[in-house]
Amino acid sequence: MTIWAATDWYAFFFLLFALLACGFAAAVLFTSNIVRMAFYLTLSLGATAGLFFLAGAEFVGVMQLMIYVGGTLVLLVFGVMLTARAPFLSLRPRSGEWIVSLIAGGTLLFLLIASAFGVRNWRTASDSGPLPLAEAQTATAVGAGLTGVRVDRLNRDAAGHALSQLPHTDSGYLLPFVIVSVHLLVVLVGAAYLARAKVRRRSATESTASVEG
Amino acid sequence: MCGLLAQITVSHYLVVGAVLFVTGVLCMATKRNALGVLMGIELLLNGANVNFVAFGSKLLRADALGLDGQLIPLFVIVLAAAEAAVALAIALNFYNNHTTVDVDKAEELKG
Repeated sequence: MTIWAATDWYAFFFLLFALLACGFAAAVLFTSNIVRMAFYLTLSLGATAGLFFLAGAEFVGVMQLMIYVGGTLVLLVFGVMLTARAPFLSLRPRSGEWIVSLIAGGTLLFLLIASAFGVRNWRTASDSGPLPLAEAQTATAVGAGLTGVRVDRLNRDAAGHALSQLPHTDSGYLLPFVIVSVHLLVVLVGAAYLARAKVRRRSATESTASVEG
Repeated sequence: MCGLLAQITVSHYLVVGAVLFVTGVLCMATKRNALGVLMGIELLLNGANVNFVAFGSKLLRADALGLDGQLIPLFVIVLAAAEAAVALAIALNFYNNHTTVDVDKAEELKG
């Protein structure tokens, strides 16, 4: 019972999701079977969504699960299924490439971790005491930010109440939101055009030729 | 918990982001299957997203980025979906024309 009470559940869940994410990412790297790579990638991205929940960004975590795990990875798995023939199921990299890439990757990883612990402001925790597991509700603020209103940066008076007028400097993310929407539409139309079946046109020309003949 | 994990801070999230980023880079560099390269890109973008969320989290740090740290990952996720769709269409086209997905065989444009 005392162990149950003394355990820091935030650290426990952080360690669980971090190990799952990093372990399955390493599994994606070290397996050469493309179908297993897709499966490990699903688990790694799901564990990353758990990390987002822990950091208080629950809307981003839900979007990660819905768009990434539910959309992008299904697309990737379809690509794997459409191209998975026996010679391409496991393409092994050359052994010389392994050595060079592991040296370069290890150096980069060492550099990033050293810099992550190098800044004192990032190492010290906030003074708010033990971290709550479920605290933030950010969906409304995120939605307002996407439509151009930054509710987290409202002008406040001395008592802390939000004033009615919005600051002029913060325009929110309305323009990037519109741009990314149009970009997604164009890209999906282009992808459908690129991946369309080319047999149909040939059969159409053949049919017209037969009609003319 | 041991001393290093006494309090979870931004640095711990940055380490997870660094591991995801490096595995993504190595996947892109070593995989010969075009779809494996795509999966490496997804891992890499996720490492960047972990960093953004950690810097934006008010739970971890008092002077956090705030809402920017949650809005930018949303754009990254949407752009990753778009990028995956186009890259998959190109890979399928390449497979239809050359009956292979080995990126080392794509050398027609090599100078």
